[in-house]
Amino acid sequence: MINTLFESWPVLWPALAAIGVILAVVPFLGLYMTFVERKIAAYVQDRVGPNRVGPFGLFQAIADGIKIFLKEQLIPDHVFTALYFLAPAFSLITAMFALVVMPFGPVATDYKDGFRFVVAPGIDIGILMMLAISSLSAYGIIIGGWASNNKYSIYGAIRSCAQFISYEIPLGLSILGVIAITGSLNIEKIVEAQSGSLLDWNVFWQPVAMLVFFTAALAETNRLPFDLPECEQELVGGFHTEYSGIKFVLYFLAEYTHIVTVSFLTALLFLGGWHFPGLPGPSGASTPILLLGLGVLLAKVALVVLVIILLRWSLPRFRFDQLMGLAWKGLIPLGLVNLVGVAIVLSLGLPKHLLIATVILPVLAAYYSAAKFNASMATTDAMRQGLSPQGAVSYE
Amino acid sequence: MSDPKKNDPQKNEAQMNKPSAKKSVKWGEAPKMSILDALYLPAIASGLATAVRHAVSGKATTRQYPEAEPEIPPNYRGVHRLNRDEAGRVKCVACYMCQTACPANCIEIIAAPAPKDDPHWKDRDKFPATFTIDELRCIYCGMCEEACPVDAIELTSIYDLTGMTREEMIFDKEKLLSVFDETVKSGQDPVRTNRGNLGPAAELSPTAKDAPPPPGRGKSG
Repeated sequence: MINTLFESWPVLWPALAAIGVILAVVPFLGLYMTFVERKIAAYVQDRVGPNRVGPFGLFQAIADGIKIFLKEQLIPDHVFTALYFLAPAFSLITAMFALVVMPFGPVATDYKDGFRFVVAPGIDIGILMMLAISSLSAYGIIIGGWASNNKYSIYGAIRSCAQFISYEIPLGLSILGVIAITGSLNIEKIVEAQSGSLLDWNVFWQPVAMLVFFTAALAETNRLPFDLPECEQELVGGFHTEYSGIKFVLYFLAEYTHIVTVSFLTALLFLGGWHFPGLPGPSGASTPILLLGLGVLLAKVALVVLVIILLRWSLPRFRFDQLMGLAWKGLIPLGLVNLVGVAIVLSLGLPKHLLIATVILPVLAAYYSAAKFNASMATTDAMRQGLSPQGAVSYE
Repeated sequence: MSDPKKNDPQKNEAQMNKPSAKKSVKWGEAPKMSILDALYLPAIASGLATAVRHAVSGKATTRQYPEAEPEIPPNYRGVHRLNRDEAGRVKCVACYMCQTACPANCIEIIAAPAPKDDPHWKDRDKFPATFTIDELRCIYCGMCEEACPVDAIELTSIYDLTGMTREEMIFDKEKLLSVFDETVKSGQDPVRTNRGNLGPAAELSPTAKDAPPPPGRGKSG
């Protein structure tokens, strides 16, 4: 046993080091994303935001963390205790577990020994596993809602369940095109395929796929405008109504870990990952080049995070039927037609950049939906004026 | 029996008389939805642009309170003070007007006869032996100030009244007089809100009579 450990040490230590990095950085990142979000929220609303603890309020996040650790552990009498404790932990575990195959820095596809910016390099079902694991976090929410034994919590959990099921489909559909052309589920290989010029980034030939992916992923993170599982006006706090103290923080961390995951996935799958025009790839590169690649990737991720945070303060929340309608009547057809386009291009052997023409899809969809809406409004108007056009049903 | 609606003349008439059937009624039309409206993306982009514009404008309206204090108008109704006259005595003549006017019952006065043998007090009949105001019970309506015939009680513009116990929030005569000294020293004199003439008790006082009238009041005051 000990011998095996020693023999496998050269393979083992890079993985352990990467796990250490993720375990150290992700909670810290989650903590500081709350600070960044509060600051940006304040600026958007012409306020100042937290500025009392430390320079520019930088230690506010740490103060919040200390406060919440020292809080009383309140456990209501009416909860199912075992599930009540399990749910937040499950939520965070699944959110963190999805990071196992996610490269957080440049990774060469030759997979030499030594430290790499990924826990498990070269997993051939990488992206599939990531989607599978991160969608398990629905369990954390549903178990939490059930264990709370509270109608608002269970309503939030049910909504969350429906939302997850609906948005898993466009999420998968949108990256199928990328996977089909790359010919691999391996995330590093998908990024590798985007090396070269700027136009090789997936966003430039799969813009609709990126739009669908980003929207669906935003819905998976349960954030505004898709935060129906926890919308305060209707459900108090939704699934985390009964949670407080450190258990609430676990949910919170899971949500922010999800945002980090989604941002990384958007950057890796569509924005070229660690590639930037003029920057050499990671295979056989020196340490400064690798760090530069890391910086490029983190900058892209930061950009996506910024957009996610800003979206929260620009868009109102969806109604539940609108939420479902967007997934089933908007994103899924878009994703499917986009996939058909990819299939045609692949089977005829056409250059993949022809797929930029898919931007016409949302425009067509908008034209159809506008025409349909206007026709229905015209019918309503006519009925109200007693003109009763052909086929219209009278109110009487 | 096939369609009772069509065969019923009364119902048809009622239908004809509906406002919706009259041609004189002008109906508004719902605005048409354009492709851009149905695409949603331009609306999202303009929303994001608004958010970014506000974020980078740097026009935060927050006031950093403990460092930057607000400008309190001089007619603000804050902590009470008991005024002194020119001789430094408490102006109050213990007439109980404020205590009677107070809707919150927070003023308590115990009057005592002025010490007649003291030349300092020879122009007074009464003075307040104790004068306590429960600052926690007070609703800061200013009616005591309006009731006072000699302008002895006034509300200052001190707004940040705090205390660790309920007992220390009950202000006695010395405390109220010290508020007067403080506000006079820091130039925070409140504006006078008593618009009428002062009562005969004020007229009797030679010091009050000879003093120049405060701004905003006639010589008779």
